[in-house]
Amino acid sequence: MKIDSLYEKPVLFALAAVVVISVGTLVTTFIPLFLPSTQPVSPRIKPYTAVETEGRDIYIREGCNNCHTQTVRPLRAEVARYGDYSRAEESAWDRPFLWGSRRTGPDLARAGGKYPDAWHYRHTANPQAMFDKSNMPAYPWLGKAKLDTSLTARKVKTLGFGYDEAEVVRQLADFRQTVAAPTYPSAQVRSQVTPADLRGVISELDALVAFLQKLVRVRKAANTPAARTATA
Amino acid sequence: MANGCEKLYYADIIVQQEMRMANGARSDSIVRGFALSSVFWLLVGLVLGLWLAAEMIYPALNLAPWLAFGRLRVVHTNGLVYGFTLAGIFACSYYILEKLTRTPLAFPGLAKAQLWLFNIAIVLAALSLFAGMNTTKEYAELEWPLDIVVVILWVMFAVNVMGTLVKRREKQMYVSLWFLIACVVTVAVVYILNNLAIPVSLTKSYSVYAGVNDANVQWWFGHNAVASVFTFPILAMFYYFLPKSTGLPIYSHRLSIIAFWSLVFGYLWTGAHHLMLTPVPEWIQTVALAFSLFLIAPSWASVINGFYTMNGNWDQMKSNYLVKFFILGITFYGLQTIQGPTQAIRVLSAHLHYTEYIPGHVHMGTMGWVTMVITASMYFMMAKISGREIHSVKLANVHFWLILVGQLLFTVTLWIAGIVQGAMWKATNPDGSLMYTFLDSVAAMYPYWTVRLLGGLLYFAGIAVFAYNLYMTSRLKARAV
Repeated sequence: MKIDSLYEKPVLFALAAVVVISVGTLVTTFIPLFLPSTQPVSPRIKPYTAVETEGRDIYIREGCNNCHTQTVRPLRAEVARYGDYSRAEESAWDRPFLWGSRRTGPDLARAGGKYPDAWHYRHTANPQAMFDKSNMPAYPWLGKAKLDTSLTARKVKTLGFGYDEAEVVRQLADFRQTVAAPTYPSAQVRSQVTPADLRGVISELDALVAFLQKLVRVRKAANTPAARTATA
Repeated sequence: MANGCEKLYYADIIVQQEMRMANGARSDSIVRGFALSSVFWLLVGLVLGLWLAAEMIYPALNLAPWLAFGRLRVVHTNGLVYGFTLAGIFACSYYILEKLTRTPLAFPGLAKAQLWLFNIAIVLAALSLFAGMNTTKEYAELEWPLDIVVVILWVMFAVNVMGTLVKRREKQMYVSLWFLIACVVTVAVVYILNNLAIPVSLTKSYSVYAGVNDANVQWWFGHNAVASVFTFPILAMFYYFLPKSTGLPIYSHRLSIIAFWSLVFGYLWTGAHHLMLTPVPEWIQTVALAFSLFLIAPSWASVINGFYTMNGNWDQMKSNYLVKFFILGITFYGLQTIQGPTQAIRVLSAHLHYTEYIPGHVHMGTMGWVTMVITASMYFMMAKISGREIHSVKLANVHFWLILVGQLLFTVTLWIAGIVQGAMWKATNPDGSLMYTFLDSVAAMYPYWTVRLLGGLLYFAGIAVFAYNLYMTSRLKARAV
């Protein structure tokens, strides 16, 4: 068969194209699926709680990833700005990953614990009230919407987080009790962005804030005395 | 080989008349339908783009949940990738396919159904993304039921392409058809594999991949969506419509063979250049960087092929209104394929990634290369299937200059903005502390965002002129019949 006849046989040509595109795919995408370096496990990285899972889905629904990254690069200025650089194991439970591709706003991989909950309630509802020059959209409707938890148990099961429906119910009840309590440290600001009839339940904003506060991840924890003892 | 190509080109002209009689109206109406759908979604996508550009400056414009930046941006990108570009590809592919095979479309009824299903799917896609049903994986944001519809649409397209090729009367397949085949197989492979997900409801699913692997698969898809939607089919149009509109055979058939296979081989290795300095294994990043640099060669082979085709006939840049679209288009393709690989280099990626430089880069490719070539191809096609001349060459020239100036103002501004932004993120005081807060870097962007909005408005004006001109060209036929 002359090589030129390839250009006369469309089906053969299509097969040849499939073979040609498969080589790079196999090496850079398929084989890595099974390598330990792409799926490192760490006992320090825990799955998301039920509320954090729902908060993450609010983050996804609103497309926060279009303006915020969640991966700190190993660069001096970046580590100084955001904190320790991101490690592979920190994303082990992330489906989908939320590293993003554009920083219209700052990176959030180390956002957890940086500010109190009250800061997030106030900021998410109206960023410009806190920062005149910010161009982040205001999300006042999140505090005014009751969190839909009808799928939470199924979500947690699909994601393989390793706890059952009873645990989901318990976590949601605990969380509701925490944020609805008058003793909740951010209670005052929360009540400003949450209508009276929703103050006793979990709002979408409550879940989103819980998710954002989760984003401390491993490195800070690794530097606590307890973690040092554990590894020593 | 060069002779074979020339022969093919002339044979094509001779049979055109005969073709029209044999099959004519049916597939012409399909081509017209896809072309006008494409222009409609282009206008919609650009209006959303303008709104987004204004939101960057005036956050009060985030008036409602469905209009908030995070949701709207996804409708903008999907509307233009899937609505505008895919419909443009379907229109041009069916047109080119019939001409280059000297064979009527194998299944015109199927293509008609595809046209309807396509527009319904784009409406549903826009509505679902407005409602926040999205997977976050860029350009693969649609939730699983719509993914299935996209796959069905693609199968309908592939069946017609391969069916017509199998039945064809022209023995040799011209280079445009190779790129078309590459587009058909690559989109199928990358779209399906990246969208594998486990549903939890009709509107919600989770990726089957986790963390690092999800990122790696996503950008393998993301970059090859660029290859197989913004590159292969647009090159197919370029290789067909440039010779057709100039009467000049393509400079080197051999060069196009080398360019084709090395481009198609090289692209699939480069996805991780979107993930430089992330937790993706370093060797995958380095391999992606190496192949990104390698891709300059086959990309520029097409640029050279385009330029040398014009050798001795550069006066057509003035005398033939279509030529400047194709030549400027391939020039932006050339710049794009130099700029892209340089951005993959780690030290430059460290400065430029996540800044405005990247949207600047993307928009040169889409507003310069892709749209220049698609709109010019549509002028040529629409005039041919209407059996008339274009409605107004003068308006086509106005369209050209508006989109050229608008695009340059837009992209160059964003490159500068990105370089400034990257520098501000990196700047440190002598004691090692950061010189600027993140908010400082936001505040510094407002003048650039304003100029970008202006560039976008000029560009939109050009496209509005194009839409009017194309519509009038397509209407002439209706009146004649």
